Amino acid sequence: MFTIVDRRLNPKGKSLANRQRFLRRAKEQVMRAVRDASGRRKIRDIEVGGDIVISPDGIREPTLHRSSSGGIRDIVVPGNKEFMTGDRIARPPQGGGGGRGNEGSDDGGGEDEFRFVLSRDEFIDLFLEDLELPDLAKRKLKVTESVSWHRAGYSVSGSPANLNLVRTMRNSLARRIALNRPTGDEIKALRQEIEDLERSGQDRARLEEAREELALLLRRTQRIPYIDPVDVRYNRFEAVPRPTAQAVMFCLMDVSGSMTEHMKDLAKRFYMLLYLFLSRRYKHVEVVFIRHTHRAQEVDEETFFYSPETGGTVVSTALEEMQRVVEERFPVDEWNIYAAQASDGDNALSDNAKTASLLGDVILPMCQYYAYIEVGQDGMPAGIGYGGGSRESDLWRTYKNIQGPDQPLAMKRVTHRRDIYPVFRELFSREGAAQGVDA
Amino acid sequence: MTLLLDAPSGPLYTGADWDYDKVRKVYDAIEQVGVKEMGLDIYTNQIEVITSEQMLDAYSSIGMPLLYKHWSFGKHFARDEVLYRKGLRGLAYEIVINSNPCISYIMEENTMTMQALVIAHAAFGHNHFFKNNYLFRQWTDADGILDYLSFAKEYISKCEERYGLALVERVLDAAHALMNHGVHRYPRRRGLDLRLEQQRSRERQEHAERTFNDLWRTVPSKAGGPSPLSDRDRRRALLELPEENVLYFLEKKAPRLQGWQREILRIVRHVAQYFYPQRQTKVMNEGCATYCHYRILHTLHERGQLTDGAWLEALHSHTNVVFQPEFDDPRYGGMNPYALGFAMMQDIERIATNPTAEDREWFPDLAGSGDGMVALKDAWANYRDESFILQYLSPAMIRKFRLFHVKDDHREPELRVQAIHDERGYREVRQALARQYDIAWAEADIQIVDVDLTGDRRLLMEHRVMNQVVLEEEETRAVIQHLADLWGYEVVLEEVDAASGARLKKHTVGPRTVLGGTFG
Repeated sequence: MFTIVDRRLNPKGKSLANRQRFLRRAKEQVMRAVRDASGRRKIRDIEVGGDIVISPDGIREPTLHRSSSGGIRDIVVPGNKEFMTGDRIARPPQGGGGGRGNEGSDDGGGEDEFRFVLSRDEFIDLFLEDLELPDLAKRKLKVTESVSWHRAGYSVSGSPANLNLVRTMRNSLARRIALNRPTGDEIKALRQEIEDLERSGQDRARLEEAREELALLLRRTQRIPYIDPVDVRYNRFEAVPRPTAQAVMFCLMDVSGSMTEHMKDLAKRFYMLLYLFLSRRYKHVEVVFIRHTHRAQEVDEETFFYSPETGGTVVSTALEEMQRVVEERFPVDEWNIYAAQASDGDNALSDNAKTASLLGDVILPMCQYYAYIEVGQDGMPAGIGYGGGSRESDLWRTYKNIQGPDQPLAMKRVTHRRDIYPVFRELFSREGAAQGVDA
Repeated sequence: MTLLLDAPSGPLYTGADWDYDKVRKVYDAIEQVGVKEMGLDIYTNQIEVITSEQMLDAYSSIGMPLLYKHWSFGKHFARDEVLYRKGLRGLAYEIVINSNPCISYIMEENTMTMQALVIAHAAFGHNHFFKNNYLFRQWTDADGILDYLSFAKEYISKCEERYGLALVERVLDAAHALMNHGVHRYPRRRGLDLRLEQQRSRERQEHAERTFNDLWRTVPSKAGGPSPLSDRDRRRALLELPEENVLYFLEKKAPRLQGWQREILRIVRHVAQYFYPQRQTKVMNEGCATYCHYRILHTLHERGQLTDGAWLEALHSHTNVVFQPEFDDPRYGGMNPYALGFAMMQDIERIATNPTAEDREWFPDLAGSGDGMVALKDAWANYRDESFILQYLSPAMIRKFRLFHVKDDHREPELRVQAIHDERGYREVRQALARQYDIAWAEADIQIVDVDLTGDRRLLMEHRVMNQVVLEEEETRAVIQHLADLWGYEVVLEEVDAASGARLKKHTVGPRTVLGGTFG
């Protein structure tokens, strides 16, 4: 006797809880590994999971066992080919008593790294873990634009397409029983009886009676309809407002000659990170690319990053363009607006005042967050490489005046790829959100 | 059932795909051979079909279908998953659980032949071994294990709810570190209960009063009263020391643990005890199962119930499983229990039915006894790896594997070949190999020797150092740390040479934080 059970449909991931416990346990190591890994890989690939190698500190499972070296050991092994009793064999390089402490052991102290795979979600979650958007309360999650329909019980009115047959027939049956509507069988039986009586010609009294009875039944049948309007039920649907979780991200970049490929690359990485972050928070994220020299235009991504352009530098044009796009396509009450500007800090001197007022009066009030990244040459502290001295750039000084505790403006300087992530973390870290001034 | 034999026996199935009907048919045929002809005695079988992912799940929690949650299982899962996905390691073909009914898993990805192989191997071979081997009979409760595990799981998750994940995790960590030292190796003496104890002491007193003789008072005694040694001995006797089951001792005697913490120690201890027989019978268990699947499938093939193709496929898997690389092969990773076990089982059958003169000399009782199954069943029931090898490893086997015995003494520059597969070496090789499988030799002999519960409560432990192999320093400290946390006071582990009594090393660790709360 035996039974065979199909367990394939049992919930998978029985060890999920164990895995979560494991990740929590090794959190510190995993976080470090994720940070390292994300520094190495392309930002584009940031959204895939992957191999993680962590040090086994904190996830060791120590046991009491004898050391793998030293002492006297008896070993029996298969495959003797040439040895005779009494032969001496040189000690194999590892594993013997070479005085190398615990390294040869494969179940204990010699375990040097632990490799496993993180899923995409786990990777991203850890990556973004302590990032939180500033002023989360401001997110217009409640603003509704679309609705979705959900079943919500039954109603007595509605379109024929929504007729609920089961409910309707149930009501009808109940009413017919309650009002004692004659059934088809009763009438049929009575008709049969009348027919029989007529044919046989006997029992006139019963015939009369039956005829009267039949007339009564037929009358009742007519009075009490099979389906009455009161029986009819319709499926009822209710419109449930769906919160819009949509954001638009403006990428503003100075593409004038003073911006090198390296600077653009830095900027690009920052945008990607921002995009990634927003796409985790919002269901739908639009990206708008605005590049500017002395004039600004909205372009596609390819052009934005790779198409060469020459000209002067007038930042306010980009802000104007952004303002125009927002007014045209992204109503402030429906979209969460984020902007990230990358520049080498150069701006036409005459434009500074205009830029300041535009940013302070128009752009910042409609933004959830405005990040300004000042990119510098590799290997040089930002701000020094340009203009010779350690002076702050024009744009930096301009923005710094606007910046205040209640303004959603953050500013950072970046000179190397590896600075991006820390900068990003700082920009959006829970504590640092309010004051974006670099320390 | 006998119809199967009489019926024109075409193959039970063709092709690689399996379905439930085929599995049933094959199971019946296997049962015919296994139970009716070989006389295997098995628990009712329950065969569960699972996916490879579920198989991975299953072995990360030490093969049990339900076990409490702990991060270490997640860690094992993560590691197994990487190895499996990268193709570094295949999945085990089967997992079988020593329970009643006996649960064996088969994977949906396998071919019908593999399913047949696994059913013969696990559902009959292992199953018979679980039901009949004395260690399993003595130490495991096949009927209750699943219920117990489900209780344990629930209990621990309730503890987590009530006391928080972190606290429970620390207790489990500590208990896991001591898991190998949480088994009883011998059946225990029944403890005396308090009432009996009181009665005994009353009777003793009455006896003393009845036989009172004032003269005894005048007998001169040694100066200084009773020696302090007897005090220590009495204390040790009261605490039933020395005690090698560390978890048991902590569960019963640790002064600061709370009830739920003791219960968790108890759960871990029970799980360890449940697996204790498996650790001691790897060679026999696998040998028994491999012998069964080979013989059953072979019989089926002879009767034409397996197609030649299926038989070749089964043979392919079988030979993979029983492959023993030699010591200088890069694939060598110790003796393969499947290979050794299977070869020995076949050897026993050969000795019983077709012995050589050498066998008659070495195994006078067994040689030529005629019925291999009787001899095998006797071996399966009454031995564990160590005693099994010591009893049954024949010179023919030693020659087959070309076993040789090497001595590695750290004081000498070279290893020495002590014995090889020749007339002089057989016994020595056999003894040395058997010793490798003796869990008492393989594991450190650690005991709790003393504790002064009324004094500083320092726990004194001793490692009897065998062959001058001391404990691995770093891990030992970590384990002792766990132990100290559970005990709540300082713990000292001394390493004492078993032969000379010399004290080699001393580890002393105080508790970091007391797990058991602050009450005294």
